Formats: sequence, C-alpha cells, structure tokens
Amino acid sequence: MMANIDLLAMAPVLNVQLLLDGLFIGAIFALAAYGLALVWGVMNIKNLAQGDFVIMGGYIAWFLGTQGIHPLVGLPVAIVLMFGFGWLVYRYIISYVIHRDMFTSLLATFGIALVLQQLLNLIFGPDVQVAKSGFEINSLFGGLVTVANIKFLSFILAGILAAMVILFMKKSRMGQAIRATAQDPRAAKVMGIDTDRVYAFTFSLNSAICGAAGALISMIWVIQPFYGITHSIRAFVIVTAAGLGNLPGVIMAGLGLGVAEQYGGFVLGAEFQQVTVTGLLVAVLLYRSYQMNKVRQVVQ
Amino acid sequence: MITKTRTTLFYVALLVISVAAPFVFPAYTFQIALLWIMILFAVTWDVMGGQMGYNSLGNILFFGMGMYISAIVQVGLFYDVGTYTAHSGAIVPVFSHDQYFTGLVAGIVAAGLGSVIIAALLSQVVFGLRGPYFAIGTLGIALSAGELIGAWEWVGGGGGIALPKYPGEPDGRSLLYYFLCFASAAASFMFFRWLYTTRFGLAINAIRDNEEKAEAMGLHTLQHKAVAWSLSAFFLGISGALFGNMTGFVEPLEVAFPTVTFGIFMVAMALLGGKGTLWGPVIGAVVFHVIKEVTWTHMLGWQWVALGGLIVINVVFFQQGLMGWAQDKWPERFGLVVDESMSAETKEAAK
Repeated sequence: MMANIDLLAMAPVLNVQLLLDGLFIGAIFALAAYGLALVWGVMNIKNLAQGDFVIMGGYIAWFLGTQGIHPLVGLPVAIVLMFGFGWLVYRYIISYVIHRDMFTSLLATFGIALVLQQLLNLIFGPDVQVAKSGFEINSLFGGLVTVANIKFLSFILAGILAAMVILFMKKSRMGQAIRATAQDPRAAKVMGIDTDRVYAFTFSLNSAICGAAGALISMIWVIQPFYGITHSIRAFVIVTAAGLGNLPGVIMAGLGLGVAEQYGGFVLGAEFQQVTVTGLLVAVLLYRSYQMNKVRQVVQ
Repeated sequence: MITKTRTTLFYVALLVISVAAPFVFPAYTFQIALLWIMILFAVTWDVMGGQMGYNSLGNILFFGMGMYISAIVQVGLFYDVGTYTAHSGAIVPVFSHDQYFTGLVAGIVAAGLGSVIIAALLSQVVFGLRGPYFAIGTLGIALSAGELIGAWEWVGGGGGIALPKYPGEPDGRSLLYYFLCFASAAASFMFFRWLYTTRFGLAINAIRDNEEKAEAMGLHTLQHKAVAWSLSAFFLGISGALFGNMTGFVEPLEVAFPTVTFGIFMVAMALLGGKGTLWGPVIGAVVFHVIKEVTWTHMLGWQWVALGGLIVINVVFFQQGLMGWAQDKWPERFGLVVDESMSAETKEAAK
C-alpha cells in the first residue's frame, strides 16, 4: 500500500491517469444517481434496482454491438427500450407499493434487482463484456497516460444527456408537472395533474436515464450481470452525500466518487475497489447520522 | 381458546418429531439441519424487523462473523492461523478427538460472544439511521465486511479457510450437527417467545409503533435497540459457527457473507410467514425451505428468478404474510376480538 503511494509521488503523471479515468466514469455515475434522486424525490421510492437498470441498458448496447450495430447507435435504442421497460415495471409493480411504507418499496425493488441480474445471467452468461466502439486510444506524456477517444465522447454525451434532462424538467409541460407533484401531490391533483401518469413517466424517465448510463458504461468500462448492486450502491452514496434536489451536489459527488474509487483501487489494490464503494456508503451514512445527532435528529 | 395442556402437548409433539426426524429420514439430515438454521434466521430477523420495526438487510454480517470467529478459534487454539491458511490444501493438520471438541465448544461460545460485541459496537453508530437508511446502511456494512475479509490474507483471503476435520464417522458428524442446529433454533425460539412476554418485548413494540413517543415516555430507546440487536446477533453468530462446521469450509463471499442469498432469505421467510408474529417466521421458514428444497434442482437456473419474483409478489400483494392472513380470517382463534363500535367509529373518521 505504501509502495503504491510512493509510486504516485514519484510519477505524478499517474495521478493524471487516475483523475481522468475517475472523472470519465464519475460523470456516468452522476447520471445514474440523478435518475435515482428524481424517483426518490418525486415518488419517494428508493430504487435498489437502479444499478440493474444500468447494467440492462449496457447489455442492450452490447448485444446490438454483437449484431453489427455500433454501440453509439445502440445508445438511443437502449434509452427507448428502457423507457418502455420502466413503464411496465411501474404499471405492474411500483404502482402498488408507491403509497406503502418505504421498506416495502426498498424490498420490492430489491426483488426486481434479483430477477433482473439472474435473467441477464441466464440470457448472456456470467462473462464480463465490453461493447467494442472501435475508437482510437490517445497517448499523453509519452505513453504514461492513455485516454481512449470513446471516453471523451462518452463524457460529452453524458453531459449533453444531463443537460437535456434538466432542460426538460425546467421547460416542458411534463417536467413542470413532475416538479409540481414532487412539491405537493395532493395540490397537483387538485390542479388537474394526472399524478399517476406523472409517476409512471418519472419512473420510466429514470429507467431511460439508467439505460443511457449503462450503454455508456458498456463502451468505456465493463458490464457483468452481477455488477448491478455495486452501481445501485454508488447511486445511493452519491444521492445521500449530495442530498435530494441538489443537482450541483450530485454532479460533484458523482465525479468525486469516480475519482475516489480509482484511487482506492490503485492505492489499496484492485480487490479493494468494491470495498471503497460500500465503505464510502457506510461512511457517508454514519457522517450524516453524526451530523443529525448534533441537532438531536435522525437520518430518515 | 387454546388451553395450557394442549400447548404443552403441541410442544412435546414438535420435540418428538424433531428428534425422530434424522432417524426416520437419514438421507435428509443435512437438509433438515439447514431448516433449523433457516428458522433461526427468520426468528432472529423478526426481533428487529417485525417486533422493533428496524428492517435490517445486513443481519448476515453476524452469521459470517460468527463463522470466521469460530474458525479462527478452532484452528488458532492449536496452530498458527497464518501458516495454516497459507498452506491450505498442501498439508492437512490432524486434530485429535479432544482438540476437535474443545475447539468446537470454544469456537461456538466465542462466535456467539464475538457477534454480541460487534453488534453492541455497531449499534452505537447505526441506530441514528431510520427506515430505509438503516436497511441500506446495514446492507453496506455486510457487503463491506465480506469484501474486507476476502482481502485479508491471514484468514485465507478469497480462498477461504478449512475447518478441522471431524474425528469420527460421517453419520455421527451429521447427527451431532443436526442436534446442535435443532438446539440453537429451539433455544432462540423459546428465548424470544419468553422475551416477547416481558416488559422488554413491550418496549421494542413501542419503538416500532412510535419511537419518538416511546422515548418521550422515558424509554431508553438506544439501549433497547442495542440489546435487541445483540440478542439476535448472539444466536446468528452461533448459527454461523455451526454452519461453517457443517460445510467444513469457510469462504468469504458465498459461504460466510451470502448477502443476496441467505441474507435476503431471512427477510423473505419472515415476510412470507408474517412479520411481527411469534409463529409467522417459523412457518415462513418451513414453507420457504421445503418449497426451495423440492423445486430448486428442477428449475435449471430459473430458481433465482423465481426467488426474486416470490419476494416481489410477497411484498407487493401479500405483505401480511401467512400468519397475518390467518389472523384476518379467523381473528377469534388468535384471541383477537373485533370491537364493532370501535370499527364503526373508525369508518366514520375515515369518511
């Protein structure tokens, strides 16, 4: 461990590599986390299947890639398919738990997560997959730092997608209805907003965002049926750290988590990369509860 | 009304069936022993989830910790653990009859007490989390524990650690563990059955129903929560020690900290039977385990999909569980009397 820190001190360019990789991947984490914050804030559903939606989007892009369709073309396909999938999940499962206590939704989405990861495992097998995008890899600093063009592209795409979603939430009629429902569902209903439809749309929108995040991840990183739970935990870390409705916070926490994970994996060893995520989750929750404890409140 | 003699007769009959089971079905001793562990899982989960309203997704932590503590004690009493795990497979150290049983008893006791200590320490920090945050936080702790132990070379890392080999006949071994599992499950059930009749039982129910009011009434809620969690951790730690010895090999992710299998089974079983009832978790565990053992091998990989589906259906459409359903259907059998005037009033109020 100390040897790895020494290595970082001796070759500062390695920091550049870790930072860049962390930021590129962190942008996608932030995208998925924004979807979680949306569903959490509007519907009060804590979606533990978030990461599995991401992985599902990734498999759509990867599968189209094996059929000879470029994953970048697969990206909009994943978005559309995942939107429809989200609508179905809402109609047949989430709509029954939305007014129950929060543990119900947590457990129901955990069940969905189990079903999805096992279905993906049965259909595509347990191997780690990468969607081949066929872009060049650039070398910086004399080959010490390598950056694939696709990572730049995915960073830009993640930014564009996030901007589109934010614009949609601000300007469109549906976006305004969603925000109104989040503020006060009863008043929104009185004003003639079909809240059930708003909920269905919000959940599907989240699912579509996950699909986009997954398609990007399948190009710049790896996907595997059982990686979903880690992605869910990442989204939870980001949202709990940033707080609901704090968009700049979500972006900063997402990028920060990406970087922290890269450093954790490098300094402590690859087997600690997972534990960096789960450990950060516990740390963030405990810090929040410590903060609340000072004002004699609890995290709820 | 169920009279006292009939209750006694019922328990005696259960005892006879349980003791006779491994002799009547010798081929299924392991499966029935596993059933006892499942019952223990559901009963200990229900202390928190059902009776106290704290839904933990990470109770499997104590199972795994108990398993590792007992493995370290059993090996460490006679060999150096680091060298033992480093040479895993190459040399097989022999444990004599006396060494084995001393180690086993010490290991089980240490597993129970160690889990209590871990629970007591953790409860100082996690009970500031409520509702879903508590569930996610405990899930995170269990996942982290599995990953950290998997990276710890001294206890074998991801490769795991082999437990001492039983010095004797395999039949004797399976009978011994059958009765140990039965005893621990029965002890946990009887203990919590008694506990729910005491003031402590009322206190944790009060925490479930309204924690702020309970605290305002002068209950030391944190203390009660810590004690309840430690008690369930004690039995879970013991079950971990027993399960580790039954399988003979401890490995971090699949055997010791199976968060998405055993860890979620406990919740599913308690919910299926009806959480917050005395017999619900037991019935849920029996139904779940029997269905699982009968259908599992015939489903060719689809069993996990079916499990997830079962959880979703259970939570979404059948949340009261089997016992809750029975209570709704025959309330007078459970000594519940519906006060008509009260129910009419509540209807009025709802309007």
